[in-house]
Amino acid sequence: MNVLIIAAKEIHQAIRNRWVLAATLLLAGLALSLTFLGSAPTGNVGARALDVVIVSLSSLTIFLVPLIALLISHDAIVGEMERGTMLLLLSYPVARWQVLLGKFLGHLAVLAFATCLGYGAAVGALAATGSQIDNDSLLAFGAMVGSSVLLGAAFVAIGYLVSALVRDRGTAAGICIGLWLLLVLIYDMALLGVLALDQGRSISAAVLNALLLANPTDAYRLINLTGFANVSTFAGMAGLAQTTSLTIPVLLTALLGWTLLPLTLAALAFSRREL
Amino acid sequence: MTSTVRVSDVTKAYGRVEAVRGASFALGLGELVALIGHNGAGKTTLMKLMLGLIRPTSGAIEVLGDNPAAGEFAGRRQLGYLPENVSFDPALTGRETQAFYARLKREPVAKALDLLDAVGLGAASRRRVSTYSKGMRQRLGLAQALLGAPRVLLLDEPTTGLDPELRQTFYDIIARLAAGGATVLLSSHALTELEERAGRVIIMNRGIKVADGSIDELRRLARLPTRIRLKVAGLAPSELPGWAPQDTTCRRLNGHIVEIDAAPERKIELLHRATAAGNAVEDVDVVPPTLDELYAHFLRQSEQAP
Repeated sequence: MNVLIIAAKEIHQAIRNRWVLAATLLLAGLALSLTFLGSAPTGNVGARALDVVIVSLSSLTIFLVPLIALLISHDAIVGEMERGTMLLLLSYPVARWQVLLGKFLGHLAVLAFATCLGYGAAVGALAATGSQIDNDSLLAFGAMVGSSVLLGAAFVAIGYLVSALVRDRGTAAGICIGLWLLLVLIYDMALLGVLALDQGRSISAAVLNALLLANPTDAYRLINLTGFANVSTFAGMAGLAQTTSLTIPVLLTALLGWTLLPLTLAALAFSRREL
Repeated sequence: MTSTVRVSDVTKAYGRVEAVRGASFALGLGELVALIGHNGAGKTTLMKLMLGLIRPTSGAIEVLGDNPAAGEFAGRRQLGYLPENVSFDPALTGRETQAFYARLKREPVAKALDLLDAVGLGAASRRRVSTYSKGMRQRLGLAQALLGAPRVLLLDEPTTGLDPELRQTFYDIIARLAAGGATVLLSSHALTELEERAGRVIIMNRGIKVADGSIDELRRLARLPTRIRLKVAGLAPSELPGWAPQDTTCRRLNGHIVEIDAAPERKIELLHRATAAGNAVEDVDVVPPTLDELYAHFLRQSEQAP
């Protein structure tokens, strides 16, 4: 009950602050421009316009959704402490984990709303312009939207963990930008570099799989680019899709773990905080 | 007497600084207690300890049957708190904020909104908190603290930023709550305001409780002189009345008034002497030591103690 009251207030605030509007418009705008610009090279005769959109949109999601998630989550705890509102809230009959979980549900709802509506606009636009959309593509698209929300959930949880640990908002923002750079950009480049240097001598497939699961954005990428046969041919990852042993349930579990573990740690850190 | 708040030998250290040192007291039903002390004396720390926002380094606290340090909060439904420099989410209106807090306490929202009128927020309650002045935020802070007929009220500097009229209303409200059996603990710098209202005063200095009792008890303990001011006719401007005993301090304030510092038990004797003497006493004022003076006295005393 307390969790829902707090979640409802977070959503209310996000609507008031125009967070919902901004995130939805941003995602919808990018989804729509990718839909129309992205379909130019394949031409309009391509029967699988939606599959192309999935490939380009999921690549974009990897950059954008974690960024939005960290932006809304990084000051969830430390920001409220600095503004002094946390002091009052914790004098009410609520447990600290309830505060955290309530905020999480609220932020997740905002993110899910923006993603579904923003990306849904792409499907709507394709349907409206008369592109043929088959069920396989729709299924893959649904999975892409769902996993995007899950990716967002993982980064909201990571943002909370940072927020629960640091002393001030500036530090939280700095660490979150660092984490974003690391997980979204640097990690893959470094992995690629290591693989190229190693030439397959000491890094086995199992180690590579573990390394891919150790980064939520890679788990997300594999779900969307290799998970569905119709998409993976476009993504140029059909080869990888045949050799990787990481199935969709494993990848989803990894993303879920990336959500639950930071969230639990954040709750622990927050429960020990003095303010 | 049943107590709602019990603080037993509590120490709270931040690194090497001890914000509260070995404080013990119990607050009973219907008590209106003033917690005074200058900045950094440990008033806010004590309140935060009672709310479980921080944990004591040693000692035990019990608030409405809960141990706040262990994260128990069942009793907080009946607890109201107004922090020093209260702040709210700026994007929400006063009414939305109050409704949110009412839901957390499982109080009917309509009743909670009536409190906004009681503290005089009225029409402003439909505006966003970001447009509020300090006084308006303080009113909203009071309104949320009063939610659900609290049995314990912790008010940290509640009257800062309130205009005199609202101050009066505020003290009326808390006096009514205390009469109804609520424990009210309020910290303040406005000692003159508290003097008439607080049934009990706890004085803190550098984390140590230096005095605790009703104002009369503190006056007895402090043994500060009561000042007797007499308007006497027929005395030369600098002349002191002959009947004044040698062992009391006596001074002239202006043309007519003689001021005598009297030990508490000699007040009546001095008045007798004054009226028995030849000079006509035209007017008399008896000024007992004020809370300000008592506060200063106990502070001095605690500084001199080893």
